[in-house]
Amino acid sequence: MEPDAAQNPNPSPVPPPISAYYQTRAEHHAVVSSDWLAHAAAAAAASPGADAAAAADAAAAPPPSPGGAGGVIEEFNFWRRKPEAAEAVAAIMALAAVIRSSRATTMMELEIELKKASDKLKSWDATSISLSAACDLFMRFVTRTSHLEHEKFDAAKSRLIERGEKFGEISLKARKTIAMLSQDFIYDGCTMLVHGYSRVVLEVLKLAASNRKLFRVLCTEGRPDRTGLRMSNALAALGIPVKVLIDSAVAYSMDEVDMVFVGADGVVESGGIINMMGTYQIALVAHSMNKPVYVAAESYKFARLYPLDQKDMTPAHRPIDFGVPVPTGVEVETSARDYTPPQYLTLLLTDLGVLTPSVVSDELIQLYL
Amino acid sequence: YLQHFAVTYIVVLRNTSNCKVPVWGKRLLTQGSMIVGVYCVEPNKRDLIETKNEGDPTSVPQKPKLSKAERRAIQEAQRAAKAAAKEAGLKSTAKESDVNTKISKQPKAGKASLKKDVTQVNPPVASDKKTDECPPDKDRKKDLPQPRMQFDDVHRVVKAKKRSVVNQSEAQNRVELFRHLPQYAHGTQLPDLESKFFQPDLMHPSVYKVGLQYLSGDISGGNARCIAMLLAFREAINDYSTPAEKILSRDLTAKISSYVSFLIECRPLSISMGNAIRFLKNRITKLPLALSESEAKASLQSDIDRFISEKIIVAGKVIVSHAVTKIRDDDVLLTYGSPSVVEMIFDHAHELGKKFRVVVVDSRPNLEGQGLLRRLVAKGISCTYTHINAVSYIMHEATRVFLGASSVLSNGTVYSRVGTASVAMVAHAFGVPVLMCCEAYKFHERVQLDSICFNELGDPDAISRVPRGESLSNLKNWAENENLHILNLKYDITPSDYVSMLITDYGMLPPTSVPVIVREYRREHVWI
Repeated sequence: MEPDAAQNPNPSPVPPPISAYYQTRAEHHAVVSSDWLAHAAAAAAASPGADAAAAADAAAAPPPSPGGAGGVIEEFNFWRRKPEAAEAVAAIMALAAVIRSSRATTMMELEIELKKASDKLKSWDATSISLSAACDLFMRFVTRTSHLEHEKFDAAKSRLIERGEKFGEISLKARKTIAMLSQDFIYDGCTMLVHGYSRVVLEVLKLAASNRKLFRVLCTEGRPDRTGLRMSNALAALGIPVKVLIDSAVAYSMDEVDMVFVGADGVVESGGIINMMGTYQIALVAHSMNKPVYVAAESYKFARLYPLDQKDMTPAHRPIDFGVPVPTGVEVETSARDYTPPQYLTLLLTDLGVLTPSVVSDELIQLYL
Repeated sequence: YLQHFAVTYIVVLRNTSNCKVPVWGKRLLTQGSMIVGVYCVEPNKRDLIETKNEGDPTSVPQKPKLSKAERRAIQEAQRAAKAAAKEAGLKSTAKESDVNTKISKQPKAGKASLKKDVTQVNPPVASDKKTDECPPDKDRKKDLPQPRMQFDDVHRVVKAKKRSVVNQSEAQNRVELFRHLPQYAHGTQLPDLESKFFQPDLMHPSVYKVGLQYLSGDISGGNARCIAMLLAFREAINDYSTPAEKILSRDLTAKISSYVSFLIECRPLSISMGNAIRFLKNRITKLPLALSESEAKASLQSDIDRFISEKIIVAGKVIVSHAVTKIRDDDVLLTYGSPSVVEMIFDHAHELGKKFRVVVVDSRPNLEGQGLLRRLVAKGISCTYTHINAVSYIMHEATRVFLGASSVLSNGTVYSRVGTASVAMVAHAFGVPVLMCCEAYKFHERVQLDSICFNELGDPDAISRVPRGESLSNLKNWAENENLHILNLKYDITPSDYVSMLITDYGMLPPTSVPVIVREYRREHVWI
């Protein structure tokens, strides 16, 4: 990756800023070298072992301290490095830490302080949808929860901290709920296509396998991070028949697929999803072949965004390794994500229940208005 | 016509299955059956109706049937109490046998007493529908809006005329399918009304003025009409004093109702105005009795001011602030007609220094787009002007389509200036996102499937006349030819499939969220 970054002849004078969110994802879920697979195979243990090792690495590494950024971002980065923790959890942990260290004496002061911190977090990485959604959500909780106003300040404060610390559990519980709800959709003998590495989808498949369902999984390669390889490795360790295909073979293999399962980086107001690059085309192919597309996403990924088309989002770039140097004078599309409009999605499996895409907006209205 | 029968038929079926939802279902039911009523009174289509009604009992669930019978029983009982014994006897026979209905009701229709009218040719089931249309008045009136006047119903039209202030004369050569909508000969009544201006005790002068402005077309556009009406009412309330031995809340409501019916005679209400009137009446009935007259008046006036500023003006600003986030540099924005909110959006985006181009699509006969074009060009925005005929040609240049709406209905259908649907459909075909801008106070819980049931007819002459084209006046004396019908529809509906996004004061929403807004915020709108 590094040599490529150096050799990549980017025609634009300023290379686009790299999305921190996708950088983290790549660090956590990507297979960047063949050594990794060898290690994983040698370890014989399933991916949890590898994850634990990675977690240990991450914990050992001191949290980076970007010069101007304050404590909240350091805190956030510390939590973000843990592979099992979702980005939203990291954000809420960081906000909870703000409350803990706050010297505010009234609810209003605390609110203002929190608002500042969350704005800082959001602007630090504008490309991460779950970060901003989680910040909004936590702020909602602080401003909207009516019983907070009638309590003593200290009690309210500790309640908020407690809530923040519980969020990690809530996130894990959400995944469990989704896995449980999705079992009805997986039937014996089905073939499903998954794209990229999604912790929720993995949880779904794990539960299905432990329920002794017989099914087959096709994993896309998930370029450029090859996240699909990690996914297939995890699935193979669970004893699920799995086949890896290159991203361009999706249409070729679609006729043997019974359903498509994807995760989401964010679920937007229209009911569409923003997810790793390639999701849109898979959804399009599946739609045109009348295969259902299921999205597994926790409800804290619902965001008040409404992209009209692919370019109507904050651009999120990431370096792409082509293996060989890119010829000079050639531009490279480096966007890390795409937007799948709701008409190509069949159902959203969330911890709020199984929803049609149009319900997302209803939930958001009830949450935020 | 068969197709349209199918449509109304679906409406009826849907509504009967909705019957469990109390107000909703009933309201829809009356609407649905009204529509059926429209077609039923056409004598030459009797056979069609009969074939349709054959299918009815099988598909309509049992429950509404029962309730219908019950309702009928209540009606009969009420009437029996009211009317003479002889009449009551007649009606009980009517209840017993369907064949007798015809005979028993004919003399009654001749008397033109309680029922509005019963057409002689109606088959039995259709007369059943009729009872639906004119429900037992007393207990229903409160929770139901008055069924809309059906203008092909001769008796009712005659009756309404007696009450009316405006002497509208009916137009000739009306288009068959749209006979249920009011259609007047244009431009005949204005001098007459002007002369009436100084007659005392007719109408409050400010209301009268607004009415005349509607009539002459000086005020148009949903927001402008609504604001003008509210301001007129505000003035009327200011000058109002409660007559002796009357209660303000009762008398003022009646007064407002009479104003409203005057305004309807001038021009049918827009949905936004309907919502505003509903709000005002609600405020009047909810006034605490302890309030003195001057306090009550002041409170109503401040309510009106608040409605105008919060629901219309601030809402517009919020919409603008949302919409400009969707305008990028080098965009080509297409709009149709001259929606006021969209103009504000363009202005604001221009002030923010965004570089974009505007395509103004316009259509005959109003050519409102020219005004928009003039104002935009004056501000230095680069514009292209074209007529709707060329929309498929120009659409590939556009990157966003901004449209205004007169109302958004519960199923996400957008009710808007005629031509909007075509523009939205063309944009959809070209994959250009369509952004509908509409304040939430214009949302309505009604569902509409076609643009026929509720619409407004404009002046047919406006279409037949070609500006500065003496050589093109082929349709000069069209009214003399009874085979020629000219239709000038004012509104059409855009199905929600063709709308990418709805921009309202509650943010940017998919059209599927309209019922949520209507459900969650109706209370707030009406400030119950």
